[in-house]
Amino acid sequence: MMSTAKIRYRRKEWEVKSGMTVRAAIEKAGLDPYSVLALRGKRLVNDQTIIEPGDDIRLVNVISGG
Amino acid sequence: MGSTGVGMRCTKCGSVAVIGMPQHRLKLCAEHFVAWVPIMMERTIDKHHMLGRDERVLVAVSGGKDSLTLWAILMELGYQTDGLYINLGIDHQAYSDVSQEKAAKFSSEHGGVPLHVVNVRDTYGKAIPELARTRRGRRICSVCGLVKRHVMNRIAYEGGYAAIATGHNLDDEAATLLGNTLHWQAGYLRRQAPVLPSVHPGLMRKVKPLCRLYERETAAYALVRGIDFVDLECPYSVKAKSILYKEMLNRLERRSPGIKMQFYEGLLRARQAGLFTGVEQETEYSTCSECGQPTEAGDLCAFCRLWKAA
Repeated sequence: MMSTAKIRYRRKEWEVKSGMTVRAAIEKAGLDPYSVLALRGKRLVNDQTIIEPGDDIRLVNVISGG
Repeated sequence: MGSTGVGMRCTKCGSVAVIGMPQHRLKLCAEHFVAWVPIMMERTIDKHHMLGRDERVLVAVSGGKDSLTLWAILMELGYQTDGLYINLGIDHQAYSDVSQEKAAKFSSEHGGVPLHVVNVRDTYGKAIPELARTRRGRRICSVCGLVKRHVMNRIAYEGGYAAIATGHNLDDEAATLLGNTLHWQAGYLRRQAPVLPSVHPGLMRKVKPLCRLYERETAAYALVRGIDFVDLECPYSVKAKSILYKEMLNRLERRSPGIKMQFYEGLLRARQAGLFTGVEQETEYSTCSECGQPTEAGDLCAFCRLWKAA
């Protein structure tokens, strides 16, 4: 049985396989790992963290313009 | 806590790292990271003689990660700070009002540390987007920058502050440097520095204590400390060249960790070595007949000319 998790960025959401790294999930979503940070709940997690089944990872943009 | 699944380990204590910083060959846990960032910032303040603890500092806050991180650390380090929020009247997604709420929330959560608020529409008669529409040929970001610089200087001068601190991080500085280099803007290159000294009694010193920290690090600091910052992007900056430059620099950084820092520090070293010596010119200031602020432009300063034509 495949277990899934989700990652969210602004109003978008992607379903990803558990067992992959946060960095791989960010790249799979077509985002630049340098331009976002990942939160599991309210906790910052590094991008080598393995995604667990049922995880809800929120990505926060770190690049601002102006 | 299991040993698998957590990725990186803290270089200092071996517990779970929240961030890796290849340019420093460092991975840090939350505890060591929130201790490390203020040390880095204080080193920058000391190295460039930015601020003294006996001086009153006006912190320009936008409600974003950088300026609120800056304010939090300056207070933690014992500097005397008040904040300034400039409401630009950007209504798209309530951007300005949401940003103001974040700045006000930060102030109240830190013992009610004073926060000046200047609403551009209420004070001068037009919000930034309306003002920019009257100035065809001038980009809104340029109009906005001019207004912000004027207001910051006025509030700092009237309030008797010794300096204005802004949240420019290393990515901001490297992107500006890239833009100025691509266009060989010698005047801007000469002026880009961690400290813009007061060269006239009416022009306040400006300092950038975060200029040696990556944007990723200031954001991570805010997240770990639980600082509630505005996550919206200014709608007018979405297509800004600075974002494109940052993305390009990040591509280079992935290939060569530390290259952004080397690029920026190279500028500072080049200036020290006299690269811009030939460009130095004495600037003569007069007093603007409208607002009384110093100006290089003759009778009216650029800010007052902007509003007169609006």
